[in-house]
Amino acid sequence: MRKILLPTIVIISAIIILIRLFYLQIIDDSLKIKSDNNAIKIEYDFPERGYIYDRNNKLLVANQPSYDIMVIPREIKDLDTLQLCQLLKIDMPYFKNKLEKAIVYSPRLPSVFLPQLTKLEYAAFQEKIRKFKGFYIQKRFLRDYQIDYAPNIFGYITQVNEAIITKNPYYKSGDLIGKQGVEQEYEEVLRGIKGVKYFQKDRFNKIIGSYKDGKYDTIAVQGSDLTLTIDAELQKYGEELMVNKRGGIVAIEPKTGEILALISAPSYDPALLVGKDRSKNYTRLYYDSIAKPLYDRSLLAEYPPGSPFKILTGLIGLQEEVVDEDTGFICRHGFSYGRGAFMKCHDSGLSKLHNGIYNSCNTYFANVFKKTIDKYKNPSYSVDNWNRHLQSFGLGNYLGYDLPIGRKGRIPSSGLYEKFYPNGGWRSNTIISNAIGQGEIDVTPMQLANMMAAIANEGYYYTPHIVKKIKNFQIDKKFTTKHETTIDKQYFKPIIDGLYDVYNVGTAKSLKVKDLAICGKTGTAENFMKINGKRTQLTDHSIFVAFAPKDNPKIAIAVLVENGYWGNRYAGPIATLMIEKYINNVITRKDLENAMLTKSLQPEYDKYVSGLPFTINH
Amino acid sequence: MKNQSVSSNIDWITILIYTLLVIMGWMNIYSASLPLEETHIFDLSQNYGRQLLFIVLSLPLILVILNINAKLFEKFAVVFYAVGIILLLGLFAFGTTVKGQMNWYRIGSFGFQPSEIVKISCSLLLAKFLSDSQTNLKILKNQYIALGIMIIPVGLILLQPDAGSAMIFLSLIFVLNREGLPSWYLWTGAIAVIVFFLALFVKPLFLIGFILLIMIIHFIFNTKISRNPIVYILLFILISGFTLSVDYVYENVLEPHQKDRIDVLFNDNVDMKNEGYNLNQSMITIGSGGLTGKGYLEGTQTKGNFVPEQHSDYIFTTVGEEWGFIGTFVVIALFVTLFLRIIKLAENQKSKFSRVYGYCVATILFTHFFVNISMQIKLFPTIGVPLPFFSYGGSSLWSFTLLLFIFIKLDANKVNEW
Repeated sequence: MRKILLPTIVIISAIIILIRLFYLQIIDDSLKIKSDNNAIKIEYDFPERGYIYDRNNKLLVANQPSYDIMVIPREIKDLDTLQLCQLLKIDMPYFKNKLEKAIVYSPRLPSVFLPQLTKLEYAAFQEKIRKFKGFYIQKRFLRDYQIDYAPNIFGYITQVNEAIITKNPYYKSGDLIGKQGVEQEYEEVLRGIKGVKYFQKDRFNKIIGSYKDGKYDTIAVQGSDLTLTIDAELQKYGEELMVNKRGGIVAIEPKTGEILALISAPSYDPALLVGKDRSKNYTRLYYDSIAKPLYDRSLLAEYPPGSPFKILTGLIGLQEEVVDEDTGFICRHGFSYGRGAFMKCHDSGLSKLHNGIYNSCNTYFANVFKKTIDKYKNPSYSVDNWNRHLQSFGLGNYLGYDLPIGRKGRIPSSGLYEKFYPNGGWRSNTIISNAIGQGEIDVTPMQLANMMAAIANEGYYYTPHIVKKIKNFQIDKKFTTKHETTIDKQYFKPIIDGLYDVYNVGTAKSLKVKDLAICGKTGTAENFMKINGKRTQLTDHSIFVAFAPKDNPKIAIAVLVENGYWGNRYAGPIATLMIEKYINNVITRKDLENAMLTKSLQPEYDKYVSGLPFTINH
Repeated sequence: MKNQSVSSNIDWITILIYTLLVIMGWMNIYSASLPLEETHIFDLSQNYGRQLLFIVLSLPLILVILNINAKLFEKFAVVFYAVGIILLLGLFAFGTTVKGQMNWYRIGSFGFQPSEIVKISCSLLLAKFLSDSQTNLKILKNQYIALGIMIIPVGLILLQPDAGSAMIFLSLIFVLNREGLPSWYLWTGAIAVIVFFLALFVKPLFLIGFILLIMIIHFIFNTKISRNPIVYILLFILISGFTLSVDYVYENVLEPHQKDRIDVLFNDNVDMKNEGYNLNQSMITIGSGGLTGKGYLEGTQTKGNFVPEQHSDYIFTTVGEEWGFIGTFVVIALFVTLFLRIIKLAENQKSKFSRVYGYCVATILFTHFFVNISMQIKLFPTIGVPLPFFSYGGSSLWSFTLLLFIFIKLDANKVNEW
């Protein structure tokens, strides 16, 4: 017993010590984290964000340095709060609020204390920064816009929020990230990769050298420059034409799918969302719930397209061989499709395809649509077949362009009507409104423009896209992949001839431009809104689609002007001026240009709140 | 008597472990005291340079020990002891105070701690006294003498005050126990220590109730010894009194820094910047090593000098951080092998002097090892004792070397004993 006491104690002690060590070294992870916090300091080097150019290499967006005052709460020592507030021109509540937030985020990680100062603003603080332990200055880059338009294209830069930090470990509190527009879509390309340097600290929090000789350090990778497909001049002109109006314009180069202009009105200066006033300005734009400047109408506004849809009704009729070019229908100011059911038409006499288009004859297209749906016994089959044709033009679904927002629009399928009429009994007459682009059809201006590009190309389109070139990168293959429509090439010619005569003898003859062969189609969309809980019909939207020149199309365009009365009152002139500007770069009809630049639809928009009656076309 | 060559009888296993520990110790001191700008390893302005010198100088020391007559240690044990006590007394006149403890002689740039030497001389005298054929530890007088040999240096060292070293001497009670001191000495001591720590974080009344319960159970089931209720009652009153006095001792006898060291052990809400700093950082340093460690010379805690005194008392933290659990396991395995080896050799001695001395060596080394490592991993209050052969310091390395090699010499000499 006495002999084995000491050896026993030795062995038991060793086992206890080993168990304890096993726990500390292998099981308890918190000590490793504490050790990293203790001894390693991380410094970031933020690279410049890539520049953005337009298709003609005009610089649109550059960068400006900006300086954030950062704070690491744990490292604050002997702080002279009063002096700090004086130097940074902040008040005590701000100081307290920011510090508390920083502590909540993390006592040991840096948080932004005062964001986005210029060199001048922080100069006084920098002189005395040694006195403020725990505070330092972090250089970042903010956008420096060379133009004062196209905010919907660019999007903006903002500080990352909690949700992003938890989802993506690349981002740390105070980092900047692109939101909306190409800044969001091409965030990783534009951003580059921030450089990281690890330093070894000693117990006095002093840096004593690099960590592991810089083994884990990385060098910042510059962001790549973007070249957009946008024509800045055209974009600017479009925004000027849309002053005091609301709506969207999309212009596409048909041969490539490149977006030439993407306009949403009302617009604003993108510089509003940069710098110290960013948050104030953003709040102001965000809460303007009537004009909705942050709502990109070119991509998000969904409306029944009205007459431009007749182009597709015609094409499908030809493809399905239910009519040919010479099939005629008599129009007596309308189309009767049931007892007491009558679709009015401003036209009269014999309508064939050609004059049906340029006169926008409702009767003609109602008949074509009826024949298309009645081709097969089963209306469900017919509607789905019709739907298939429309889908091939990019309608009823996301187009897949390189911007972060969009709407599907709506193209009805048999399922929808089977739901509406669960007992059956629906047929072509029931859904006749679709013939003239009303009924259950909704499209966005982007979809309309893409549809016109497909028509201009006589049967194919490329997915619309806004980025032409990325330095050091390839653009996505899907933007160079041709999408064929289900309509044979031969059927486009008579339709295009009709669209051409819209400008010669049809609904847009007042807009004809000398020596420029434009094909277009007017449209008017009824629209409704709940005002004070009551569904109210508002002044019709003005819609116009076009492409030009007729033989070698260089631009396809869709224009939507909210509450613009009818097609050739606002949208038509604006579309025509845009085309003339893009192709000829000279405007011959100065009177028309002046009228469009100066006319305001503000009185119509005021009716939303004033309660005055809206102007409805009959 | 025929003198066989020393080298053929030397226990090479012990020497191998000793060498490994010294080399590993130096490597870790090198890491812990590496300056920012590199110098050569012999740079005497650096701790590792000096330690290398100490290691080199311990070689002649070892050769001298192995080559002098083993009988000298027994013969001059009383003289050595007397010299040791005089050196301890001399501290009060000529000593230098380091960190509140007057336990150093300073000669030029080198310091010397007499308590380290006294550990050897005390062991030698204990061995001599216990090996005397007249001595019987069943006799009360002999018990007092043996305890006295131990207690005199303890008293002098406590006056310096150096609780760590005092504790090492108290551990020699294991040796006396092995040699026949009645067991109740050891058990009383052990129970007193346990009750002391229990009393610090259990309410005294609960503790007394608990003790009463245990004693009643013991009384009922005890059949071996005569069940004298009076003995039980007296014992209970004694323990209860001790329990109640713990609070008083804690509040009034212990120094503030000693109270802190006990507080940090039981209390999680201590100020990590002040009294909790050392323990917190040493745990972080050891714990962050993981299984395989951060790599030699790659310890971030070590490089950042987060652990004070890392090259001396806290050298084990460097092992933990840079070599991980594998490293700490190897070091502990080496130490345990060394202790068991010494105990086994001691038990095999023909001379009782050698046996008792060997036992003293094992006990002293083990106590250093246990106290040093467990204070760094929150198993024991912080008490400043070095890790034998590992920690930085000339006088500590030399005295441990001396302590061990006297035993190796005695062991090698056992064939010559008869």
